[in-house]
Amino acid sequence: MKHITIKTVVLAIVAVTVAAAIAAIFVGKLDWGGLVPGAAQIDKVKAGFVYVGPTNDNGWTYRHDQGRLTAEKALGGEMESTFVETVSEGAAAERVIQQLAASGHDIIFTTSFGYMNPTLKVAKRFPNVKFEHATGFKRDENVATYNARFYEGRTVAGIIAARMTKANVIGYIGAFPIPEVVRGINATIIAARRINPNVIAKVVWANTWHDPAKEADAAKVLLDQGADIIMQHTDSAAPCQIAQERGAWCVGQAADQSAFAPKAQLTAIVDVWGPYYTDRIKAVMDGTWTSGDTWGGLAAGMVEMAPLNAAIPSHVQAEANMAIADLKSGTLHSFQGPITDQSGKLVIMMGEQLDDGVLAGMDWYVQGVQGSLPK
Amino acid sequence: MSGLTAFLVSMIAAATPLLFAATGELVTEKSGVLNLGVEGMMLIGAVTAFSVGVVTGNTWLAALMGAFAGAAMSLIFAFLTLSLRASQVATGLALTLFGVGLSASIGQGYVGIPIETMTKLHISWLSDLPFIGPILFSQDPLVYLSVILVAAVWWFINCTRSGLVVRAVGESHEAAHAIGYNVVGIRYLAVAFGGAMAGLGGAYLPLAYTPMWIENMTAGRGWIALALVVFATWRPGRVLLGAYLFGGVTILQLHAQALGFDMPPQFMSMLPYLATIVVLVLISRDATRIRLNAPADIGKVFHPQA
Repeated sequence: MKHITIKTVVLAIVAVTVAAAIAAIFVGKLDWGGLVPGAAQIDKVKAGFVYVGPTNDNGWTYRHDQGRLTAEKALGGEMESTFVETVSEGAAAERVIQQLAASGHDIIFTTSFGYMNPTLKVAKRFPNVKFEHATGFKRDENVATYNARFYEGRTVAGIIAARMTKANVIGYIGAFPIPEVVRGINATIIAARRINPNVIAKVVWANTWHDPAKEADAAKVLLDQGADIIMQHTDSAAPCQIAQERGAWCVGQAADQSAFAPKAQLTAIVDVWGPYYTDRIKAVMDGTWTSGDTWGGLAAGMVEMAPLNAAIPSHVQAEANMAIADLKSGTLHSFQGPITDQSGKLVIMMGEQLDDGVLAGMDWYVQGVQGSLPK
Repeated sequence: MSGLTAFLVSMIAAATPLLFAATGELVTEKSGVLNLGVEGMMLIGAVTAFSVGVVTGNTWLAALMGAFAGAAMSLIFAFLTLSLRASQVATGLALTLFGVGLSASIGQGYVGIPIETMTKLHISWLSDLPFIGPILFSQDPLVYLSVILVAAVWWFINCTRSGLVVRAVGESHEAAHAIGYNVVGIRYLAVAFGGAMAGLGGAYLPLAYTPMWIENMTAGRGWIALALVVFATWRPGRVLLGAYLFGGVTILQLHAQALGFDMPPQFMSMLPYLATIVVLVLISRDATRIRLNAPADIGKVFHPQA
């Protein structure tokens, strides 16, 4: 170890610091303006946003940031907002949320499931600040939760898929076997089999939200095994690109991915957070904010379908648009009985529908999904 | 395409970025330098290649610029560790952090833009042959380049005088210095070659694999490449075997899932790592030969004695 001198150690530290500093400057789209204490103006409501990814990820975080901009536009000069992007879940999140709360923000939106406990922890220390946590299930006096019923979009996708598939096999790429993803798979297959009872879904778990090459591999494998429609519940447009390359169909996720797959994308399920953010920030202004849980779908405008592919025959387009209208009006429910699980057991009878409690903890497949759900 | 053909075609594509990066790192390490910045260099290579591809529409130029960008990144590392004698481990880690951030920043304007993939080889009747056609004669050009480069590196390391000099520098920089070799200069070249290869490996992703740019799109492949070099006991042939094995098991576990095998996906995702480690450990059980093959002076800072 005689070679390690103080000089080398110092140089190493300087090197690391310089590189990290340069990296921070370059990545630093961080809007620190709002974090400077004293910059707060009493008359404006200050809203803070914590993002798990970069605002230009073309998916989840991008849609949340669009929501923030919509609210800013709607509320004009009455609000100002701050966002911090690419905040990893866990201890780092707690620090960022704490900082936002301590710097005069009136309402803070934490937009990833993994921010649940940090949000609750910080909320306890700042009883006068309102917190909103996306996709979580733990609430408090000053912590509300919100989520979108993405699965309603899957019902529409399932209807289109059932009409468009020739192979009767839907290839489904999931990130992780959590209720959020399982609901989407089940909603797709329930809708598809009402139209064509021979449709099945093959599921592959990528075990990541973000690895374009692996998502592409999964899509290739599913197409090689006979699927002709790819659906994914991961973050990138890679599966749609593979579908385009192989002349198959796909359904986009979180944002419209037609730029990557103009021929292949049948439609996409698009998240819309703007109206919700506007309402909640307005409620803080008016002093009417209360904690609660919001779980809105197509009717609430929290989920939208991207324009349907022109290659879809007009009667199928009409059927899909009808389903959208019925889901909005409530005459159609994604989990309307009769629903049987994989073992053939009737889970819910004709005329009834699964309640939100069952949906929130969904950990079983409906009939028509291949393989067993990992527990 | 039959199932096996499809599997092998996907396997080769999945292995290629790893193969580029690991082969480059092997040369760097043979010269006695440990550069942990592979992930960062791959990302810079990927974003550079993608942006050049978007602007010029020329995928060959894009790949070349990706390699150059990787080499440029590695020269930052070389300057800090070889000229200023900073710790290689710390500097390599910093290089990865820097690469992740810098590539994200360069790539900001390129998210959401698709590009054309690299044209695949097509030789009139050879590519149409059953089985071997799709596997051997219908890949994209970078796949062939990766295999050629592995062979070239093997030949260089084992059969040339210059390769011997690189190894000598990696085994004992003091001795190499004493007999008059320019240790620092040789290491600069080896590091730059490693950087260029990492850049090419990164460039493969947006040019031939998933034709788009997304932040952090290498998703840890740089670290896998680093591990491959060690498990392959610094032999180019085994790097090839390891990369293909890793790619193969990656695709295989996805097939198993789609067929409905009853196994947790977490375990399935672990399989490629496990299989590669087990096989490479098994074929290199001979501890003495590993010790002989590992560069003795790897990671050590070189202070020339007058």
